[in-house]
Amino acid sequence: MNSETTPLAAVRNITKRFPGVLANERISLEFHAAEIHVLLGENGAGKSTLISMLAGMQQPDEGEIWIGGGPVVIASPRASLALGVGTVFQHELLVPSLTVIENLLLGGRWWQRMGQRAALERFRQLSGLLGVAIDPHAEVGRLSLGERQQIEIIRALWRGGKLLILDEPTSMLTPHGVQDLGRVMQRLKEQGVAVLLVTHKLPEAFQFGNRISVLRQGRLMGQLAPERIAKMSATQAQDAVIAMMFGGQVAPDADTAPGVHLGQQKPLSHREGPPRLSVRALCTEARAGECALREVSFDVWAGEILGVAGVDGNGQKHLAEVLAGQRSAVQGRIILDGTEVTRDGVGARRQRGFRYLTDDRLHEGSVGALSVAINLLLKEIGEPPYWRHGVADWDLIHREARATILRNDIRAPSERTPLGRLSGGNIQKVLLARELDRAAKVAILSKPTHGLDLQNCALAHARMRADARRGVAIVVISTDLDDELLQLSDRIGVMFQGRLSGIVPNASGVERTVGRLMTGAASA
Amino acid sequence: MTAGIRASSAATLRLMLPAALAVTVGGLILTALGKDPLAYYGYVVKRGLLSWGGLQETLNRMAPLLLIAAGLIVAFRAGLWNLGGDGQFLLAAVVTAALGPALIGVLPRAALLIVCMVAAALTGALWSLIPAVLKARYGVNEVVSSLMMSFLGTSCANLLVKTVLRDASTSVPRTPDLPVDERLPQIFHTHIHAGVLIALVVVVAVHLMITRTAFGLKVQVVGANPAAALHAGLNVGRLTIATFALSASLVGLAGSIEILGVWGTVRADWNPAFGLLVVPVVFLARLNGYAVIALTLCLSALMIGAESAARRTDVQQHYVWVLLALLLIFLAVVEHLHHLRHKRLAL
Repeated sequence: MNSETTPLAAVRNITKRFPGVLANERISLEFHAAEIHVLLGENGAGKSTLISMLAGMQQPDEGEIWIGGGPVVIASPRASLALGVGTVFQHELLVPSLTVIENLLLGGRWWQRMGQRAALERFRQLSGLLGVAIDPHAEVGRLSLGERQQIEIIRALWRGGKLLILDEPTSMLTPHGVQDLGRVMQRLKEQGVAVLLVTHKLPEAFQFGNRISVLRQGRLMGQLAPERIAKMSATQAQDAVIAMMFGGQVAPDADTAPGVHLGQQKPLSHREGPPRLSVRALCTEARAGECALREVSFDVWAGEILGVAGVDGNGQKHLAEVLAGQRSAVQGRIILDGTEVTRDGVGARRQRGFRYLTDDRLHEGSVGALSVAINLLLKEIGEPPYWRHGVADWDLIHREARATILRNDIRAPSERTPLGRLSGGNIQKVLLARELDRAAKVAILSKPTHGLDLQNCALAHARMRADARRGVAIVVISTDLDDELLQLSDRIGVMFQGRLSGIVPNASGVERTVGRLMTGAASA
Repeated sequence: MTAGIRASSAATLRLMLPAALAVTVGGLILTALGKDPLAYYGYVVKRGLLSWGGLQETLNRMAPLLLIAAGLIVAFRAGLWNLGGDGQFLLAAVVTAALGPALIGVLPRAALLIVCMVAAALTGALWSLIPAVLKARYGVNEVVSSLMMSFLGTSCANLLVKTVLRDASTSVPRTPDLPVDERLPQIFHTHIHAGVLIALVVVVAVHLMITRTAFGLKVQVVGANPAAALHAGLNVGRLTIATFALSASLVGLAGSIEILGVWGTVRADWNPAFGLLVVPVVFLARLNGYAVIALTLCLSALMIGAESAARRTDVQQHYVWVLLALLLIFLAVVEHLHHLRHKRLAL
């Protein structure tokens, strides 16, 4: 618990680059025995890269990893285990058709006999340590997700692990499972194990962490050491972490809370007449590992930008998809200019002027193998004037694409280049050009500038403002409070656990209220 | 433009190099077996391509292969593995062999041929419906379901030939013969039947459909990225079923034309197994219709040439499969090396 003592393991000035991305930039962290170290950050902040280097799956470009007082090279996952680093990955790595003990024996060398008796002894020892009761002869496929995770923890500690890394361990667990996991981590801590808990969920950080480090865009934004956490109140600690995670200076005054309202706000200057988009008591169906919507209601006027803030995984995905028509609502209504569109599919809504920019650009938003020109028209295949009687006018399509490429400053060798060859920023420009066209009436933009550099980010923001002035109602869903939502939004709504926990007008000092709403510390 | 030429010549090289390697290694194996590889290859080329009779056979063999390839292009473009070709082919052939003789005297020759071909295409489409609906509705893997339907289809076809459709006047179980003057007409006093022309037209039409029409582009989007297809509002389920049906109906047409053009009857236990044979050809051609025509010509010549070379050089007729297997192995190796090089250049 004492940061004065020598750490069990540490990373020193670690840097890792991928083509076009600086995934980790000079990160230094220490992992102490008997301490739960929480690594907090949004998706894409660089957490997974850091873990993969500790687990021996990738090598740092610069910097060193220290274990047991000296620098080490972790060349392979096997080397990582041998050094006492056990990792439990987000996606489970067990063979469902084998028994628990068979899965645990899989790591052995192929020429060795699988000694069940010694293994059972070790299993009993470790399950005693963790305080869990699992039948070693049960088939893994029949166990609950929580139990499977406990087996993965046992496997990570099998060779006497001293540092246990848990990558987003709660994402698939029930609340009860999360409590069980908390108990297991507590017991391991008491046994002197250093636990590295990687998560993007703030409440877990406060609940389990002795030390909290925050990553953002590949950099270490700050750390709360155990001594500092001990001296802070819960609210102070939260404010400090929110500031590190989302940037932004936390307003010092404590009485901004009464800025919170649900639903309609007093008309802002540019509001005329009824709202363009009205959403009433919208609910979606929950699937495993997803956060469904619960009674979400709001209005957006033409020309307005509504920001939607929130920690990832609080229902933003369902909100975007249900508005775009990609996901059906189990309850509630969506009304565009007085016409109910709740039952319309994606195509019908696009015809009516709905536009949806997905945050999953590569897997959902685009077809990398097809050309830039085709991707620009991906949602209009078969429509005139580009297709006549179902036959493509490729000359026209390519001519228009060239014009769009010039207009939007897309850096592409040609309109016929497969989209997948472009850089991430240029792919995003293609998608933005596709969604913010002349006929757009309502645009739902999910993380529109994620991964763009500063200049392109500014261009994209200017584009959104111009489109809003043109009369488009824009909903921007983002986790970047400081550099995006506060810059763009007229109002900011906050998602927490599937609900819209509040909508506040964007004014100076609003960050604190939004931060409180994001963590569930306040609600309207 | 020059870049396009360079790219296509590089693609040609990636095809020719494995072919040369396959021929060389195949020749070494023949030498090891104590045969003369030059004589064998000489017969293959002479019989498959250079002799008039052989060339006509080769062109006739192309017809069913081309139609199956057209069907597979449609399916593979959509990312669907229609591996049920043999069942679709045989059932359609049996339907043709049953309808044809029954319609003699009822319909004039042209109408008879058209009815037979349409019925065969529908049969193929119908046989693909179960795997297609299972895939579209429940996401059931179509590799397994279409293969299963294929086994069922070949068995059913056999059963029909041996029971209700059996021609009582012959000792070997087979369907009644369709007389030659009721079959597909031959082109200009040759032995090449009109089915070859139909097949060529269909392949080109399929190629244009894929590259020029909205339907073709939708099919490509579904094949390349189903999540993006849903995101773009395409009805992936309906496209899946339509594509599967189109694919299978073309395979069915292949079966029909093989009967109407060459055999006139279906014998019991007849199964040329073209359905799986064409799969690698279609991939070699990178799903391109024109390349498919060229490669099918090579494959047909190889098959026909090997049949006669086998008789003359005492090399088993099945040696052609060894050559094909070698070709595929070298193709995969060259392709892999090409990818490695590409990756290194990109970094």
